Amino acid sequence: MSYYLGLAQLIGIHTLLGLSAYVLMLTGQLSLGQAGFFAIGAYSAGILTVIFELPILPALLAAAVIAAFFAFIVGFPALRVKGLMLVVATIAFGEFVRLFFFNLSWRVPRGDIEVGPDSTNGFREIRYFVANGWSPWEITTFVWTFVILVMIALWWMDRSRAGAVLRAVGEDELATQSVGVNLTAVKVTAMTAGGFIAGIGGALYAHTATYVDHLTFTVLLATFAVSYPILGGLSSVFGTLVAVIFIQGVLVEGLRFLGDWRNIVFGLLIIIAMNLKPDGLFDARTTRILRRAIGLGGREKSDA
Amino acid sequence: MLELRGLSKHFGGVKAVDELDITVNEGEIFGLIGPNGSGKSTTINLICGVYQETAGTVRFHEELMNGKPPHQRLRAGIARTFQNIRLFPNLTVWQNLWVAQNSPQDIATQGFLSRWFGATRRTRKEIATLLELADLEHKSDELASNLAFGEQRRLEFARAAAARPKLLLLDEPAAGMNRQEIQDLSRRIRRMRDSGVTILLVEHVMELVMGVAEQIAVLNFGQKIASGTPGDVQRNKAVQEAYLGTSDSDAPSLDTGA
Ligand SMILES: Nc1ncnc2c1ncn2[C@@H]1O[C@H](COP(=O)(O)OP(=O)(O)OP(=O)(O)O)[C@@H](O)[C@H]1O
Ligand SMILES: [Mg+2]
Repeated sequence: MSYYLGLAQLIGIHTLLGLSAYVLMLTGQLSLGQAGFFAIGAYSAGILTVIFELPILPALLAAAVIAAFFAFIVGFPALRVKGLMLVVATIAFGEFVRLFFFNLSWRVPRGDIEVGPDSTNGFREIRYFVANGWSPWEITTFVWTFVILVMIALWWMDRSRAGAVLRAVGEDELATQSVGVNLTAVKVTAMTAGGFIAGIGGALYAHTATYVDHLTFTVLLATFAVSYPILGGLSSVFGTLVAVIFIQGVLVEGLRFLGDWRNIVFGLLIIIAMNLKPDGLFDARTTRILRRAIGLGGREKSDA
Repeated sequence: MLELRGLSKHFGGVKAVDELDITVNEGEIFGLIGPNGSGKSTTINLICGVYQETAGTVRFHEELMNGKPPHQRLRAGIARTFQNIRLFPNLTVWQNLWVAQNSPQDIATQGFLSRWFGATRRTRKEIATLLELADLEHKSDELASNLAFGEQRRLEFARAAAARPKLLLLDEPAAGMNRQEIQDLSRRIRRMRDSGVTILLVEHVMELVMGVAEQIAVLNFGQKIASGTPGDVQRNKAVQEAYLGTSDSDAPSLDTGA
């Protein structure tokens, strides 16, 4: 049972990671730096519960705000670059964050032992859930509460004018500016929101894993982050969730017997899926058809 | 209301716009014509802040616009359409107009939350009016990319009107239109002007521009070679040479076709 609960937690956390990339992708920005914000969330939340002995909820929210703050700062220079240059710049940011935590040592005595980030040895004592006697069920519920809250918020945002503006920026930046939208504000806000969501994901990850080190937050993780919305498409947040379930639940778990070959199969499947369905598993047309099928009708935003 | 003084834009060695002086008065329809590559679109892009000028000034209602980003100029009252239609193709017609709800009135009368996350009755009514004026009521939920060419032009026109501009810059709105559509367009342009909007019309279709414009300026190689009423311009020697001088077979002739 706990194996499945662990998997459910992982799927929830990766959904948050994917959604943080989803928000940015709506505005046409492909960021391979989401693992960096995830790492900032993870380490910050860990430091807050372990060193400052805060309860999990304030620690998690503060960690998300810290990650959002860094995303806000990164948002301004990121505005100046587009496409492949943005990908490269965000990879550099992610690596910078990873190397920062690789070097970070902040040990404080707690009884007979020392706790806190220990550079290369990682941060090993993020035991808030265990120390407070949370059951795996409770932890899973806690994780999914945030996943569901974020999904509802994004789903609602998507249907609002804000969502239309984000998509407009993704389609044509110049036209969006020309109808009076402040491009800088929109892009930096999307970046900040993405940082916030990745920060929540990171905070949850650190506490479910109880242990993090810099190797958790490599470019591989950032690649996962963008591959979810790429596979799931940008029609709605549910595409990202379905893609996470498919990749983490079916591919990564189901193909475990393949060992390292798994990554190759994973890469191949993404390439095949992207070629077969360039707009993701659920492109706009499929979504419309599904909507009609479940009786939501074809009307989209005019009655929102 | 719009004053361009010594306005220049150089792309490397190309003087796309060169020392241009133009004054557009409030309430008029001002035509800007010239052969291909004479700098008309560049002038529009300078007025609405897409390009940074190499030299010169853009004043709107006496206020210096230099250095202001496009969204601020729009909010000051300058809206535009594009030579190559630029809609949001994967948004619906309704959403295209929704995104464009950025008039000063919208911003002043709506709170942050209702502006970004709601759709007030007033907003919906405004969009409904725009749709009606554009004859697109029945296409409200259609993706913009699914519209016919003429409908896309009308949507782009409506999207610019959504800003409630004081000055509307139209970059070849009649390109690719048949005669009936052109007549329809000239009615729309006049109606727009009658509602108090000043219009700067860049156009190759002489039938349209000679018919609706009160003042015309002619560009050639980025420089103004003539200006005046349609009659003045048509009689102008330099203008006739500029047009006849283009070897382009589909180069516009000054013949209004009438
Ligand atoms: N972004 C740019 N970079 C370099 N050169 C440019 C750029 N935009 C325009 N030009 C050049 O500036 C000159 C004027 O171009 P512009 O598009 O303003 O002409 P136009 O009068 O609108 O022509 P058309 O009637 O074909 O639309 C042309 O020689 C063009 O090649
Ligand atoms: Mg042009």
